Amino acid sequence: MIGPGHFLTLSAILFTVGVVGVLTRKNAIIVFMAIEIMMNAANLAFATIATTMGDLAGQVMVLLVIAVAAAEAAVGLAIIVAMFRHRETVNVEAFNLMRG
Amino acid sequence: MSPVDLAFWILAALAVVASVAVIVHRNPVWSVILLVVTFFAQAGLFVLLHAHFLAVIQVLVYAGAIMVLFLFVVMLLNLGGPRWFEVAPTPLVVVAVALGAAFVGVLVVGGLPQFAPAAEGPAAAIPRDVAGSVEAIGSALYTAYYLPFLTTALLLLVAMVGAVVLARRER
Repeated sequence: MIGPGHFLTLSAILFTVGVVGVLTRKNAIIVFMAIEIMMNAANLAFATIATTMGDLAGQVMVLLVIAVAAAEAAVGLAIIVAMFRHRETVNVEAFNLMRG
Repeated sequence: MSPVDLAFWILAALAVVASVAVIVHRNPVWSVILLVVTFFAQAGLFVLLHAHFLAVIQVLVYAGAIMVLFLFVVMLLNLGGPRWFEVAPTPLVVVAVALGAAFVGVLVVGGLPQFAPAAEGPAAAIPRDVAGSVEAIGSALYTAYYLPFLTTALLLLVAMVGAVVLARRER
């Protein structure tokens, strides 16, 4: 029998996959995709809680998160394009302009 | 096993396998395609949660718009082949995977069983009358949550201007 626990567990697993992707990959575009996976996992948890608790606030929050994800993808990919123009690479380890 | 249970397990397996493949695949174009698979699985999961409007928006915005953006940038930068990155079991990768597995283990073993469905089954755990229809979401979005909604509009405007300024070629 499928319950909220199953959905939340799946959400946790997907979020962890995203975290591991952000920590391990060097390609900036893949890192962004991992961030999208994490946002989707959070959305799944929001929708699960909204349905379980009988409150639509969680679903409204998912809509707002999707809008934020769209904005983040646009700006992030623009940054990647700009960095690629300067460095001819998308390796995140080459992006050391701020000496981080 | 009911059809809903079967659909959940199929979609969950699809989402997990596709997202892991996104992370480990060497070719960014394939990663984007696999990410679309993940998003479609997620849309199916939203349907299982009776959030039908969210499922439609997921396909339209994520699989439609954001993925086209990703694919466009990957093609634009011409990132074919393993020239730009290497996947190797460095200590960082090993530690990250181990910590991730430990995190999932702690969540699954320690935290989530309190959300386990009650003895009366999933019908009680997930009520069907909380439908995420366009009407219900719209009335919530335009009344109780109008301020976050307007702020989102501002955010999108700022992001649009920022993306144009960042990606513009300097003269």
